Amino acid sequence: MAEEVVSELMRAHVYRLASTGQRVDGRALDEPRKVTVERAFVKTAEGSARVRLGNTDVLVGIKMSVGEPYPDTPNSGVLSTSVELIPMASPTFEAGPPRPAAIELARVVDRGIRESKMVDMKKMCITPKEKVWVMFIDIHVLDYDGNLFDACSYAATAALGSTIVPAKNFGVGDDFPLPVQHWPVSVTVSKIKDVLLVDPNLDEERMADVRLTVTTDENGDVRAMQKGLSGSFTYDEVKRIIEISQRVGRSIRPFLQPT
Amino acid sequence: MEDIEHIEKHVKLIDDSGRRLDGRKFDELRPIRIEAGVLRRADGSAYIEWGGNKVLAAVYGPREAHPRHLQDPARALVQCRYNMAPFSVSDRKRPGPDRRSVEISKVISEAFSAVVFKEQFPRTSVDIFIEVLQAEAGTRCAGLTAASVALADAGVPMRDLVTSCASGKIEGIVCLDLNKDEDNFGDADCPMAIVPRTGEIVLLQMDGHLTYEEFQKAMDLSIAAAHRIYDLQRDALRRRYSVTLEDILKESPPAAPSGERMEPAPSDFDLGPEGI
Repeated sequence: MAEEVVSELMRAHVYRLASTGQRVDGRALDEPRKVTVERAFVKTAEGSARVRLGNTDVLVGIKMSVGEPYPDTPNSGVLSTSVELIPMASPTFEAGPPRPAAIELARVVDRGIRESKMVDMKKMCITPKEKVWVMFIDIHVLDYDGNLFDACSYAATAALGSTIVPAKNFGVGDDFPLPVQHWPVSVTVSKIKDVLLVDPNLDEERMADVRLTVTTDENGDVRAMQKGLSGSFTYDEVKRIIEISQRVGRSIRPFLQPT
Repeated sequence: MEDIEHIEKHVKLIDDSGRRLDGRKFDELRPIRIEAGVLRRADGSAYIEWGGNKVLAAVYGPREAHPRHLQDPARALVQCRYNMAPFSVSDRKRPGPDRRSVEISKVISEAFSAVVFKEQFPRTSVDIFIEVLQAEAGTRCAGLTAASVALADAGVPMRDLVTSCASGKIEGIVCLDLNKDEDNFGDADCPMAIVPRTGEIVLLQMDGHLTYEEFQKAMDLSIAAAHRIYDLQRDALRRRYSVTLEDILKESPPAAPSGERMEPAPSDFDLGPEGI
């Protein structure tokens, strides 16, 4: 991925605003962008959701098939998450095999869903040791305007929430909704100098020193975290970010759950 | 899996009154909707729904061509990447290019190469990205039609839009714009693209079996349909760019409404003591 360039002018502007508690798009420091969710966008998928987080636009399709379980989890379904940073979404994305940024992104989204036990994987077993449901979460980034971690995670969560398991097609019983038992929400906070900004947009993200993604469940418990970039946080900042994530997570969760 | 059921039942693709499975007549298109300017980062973009197809197209450029050794000192390159989302078809498609999408990308690049004023932009490339989000036969035509609008949205100088449509043969009858079942069980499929203003053909492919008469009939159907689609393309661009008096009045107050993006003011930038 080519480097994103930030003009000195914008850099000075973002920092000057941030140090007085303001942001380029008029948001408060702890205010995420508007989330809109469009479910069942793709009819060829077993579940899908197109999520816009501000101008960032992500489409997730869930495809399911029947396969073998991993030997160490013979009674559980299989989950696989992949992200395509398609060159349509940004002048800095290039076609080709996934680069480290896309792999990290897919793994962080996967971790939030897996570790929160969002899907009851025991119910995704058909015949122990032999046949289980294999779920593919395919994430297509359409327009990149910052904070893919949260946008991808929201789209994946909403898509799973609308998934119908195509059991009839595979001759293993009647179709049923995916057994969703938890609703993890990821919240990413970037730090620019010593200012923390929730849900960074592209300009903010490009000049951030460090970021932290925290996934919390409906009890406010932490289910996954990922620190990124070369800067660092103080312990106090990490605690503050977790509190912000719990609060912001609560406000976003209703958008992801089916109505 | 659905396909196997169809073979067993051997569905009739056209009934006695000449209606197709989805109720269309032989010369009818599926419903088409085009929207221009749907993505923020891309220089130009368009979204098309064509029957059950949902396709996004984006254009970047003219921009510096990469890798450098591909640069042409005399003209721009026109490069297209056609890609299908893994969830766009009923059996999950493995992500990344396969032989089919490489071929489609190539013929679409060549189709646009015929209309873009490449000589105006030496050493650059015009990059066209087509993403099939949901597929239901005819994705290359839908993608090409959308990409054409995206190129215009990006302001790339062209001789005209390019418009694409396919015709084929089902149960011995030449029909316009085959859907998925008709494509799978029909006798021929012939996608093409034209420059509507001049009538030049810039893409033509065929598979199956057509007599010479049938081929001409298929082309006549496709060309007539392409002119209808051309109107939809131009409508989409007009909707995006036409300005009414009301819009002008709405935008005239000097104060930016709240929530509007705040661009840095020149005073934010500290100039040296000499200024510029």
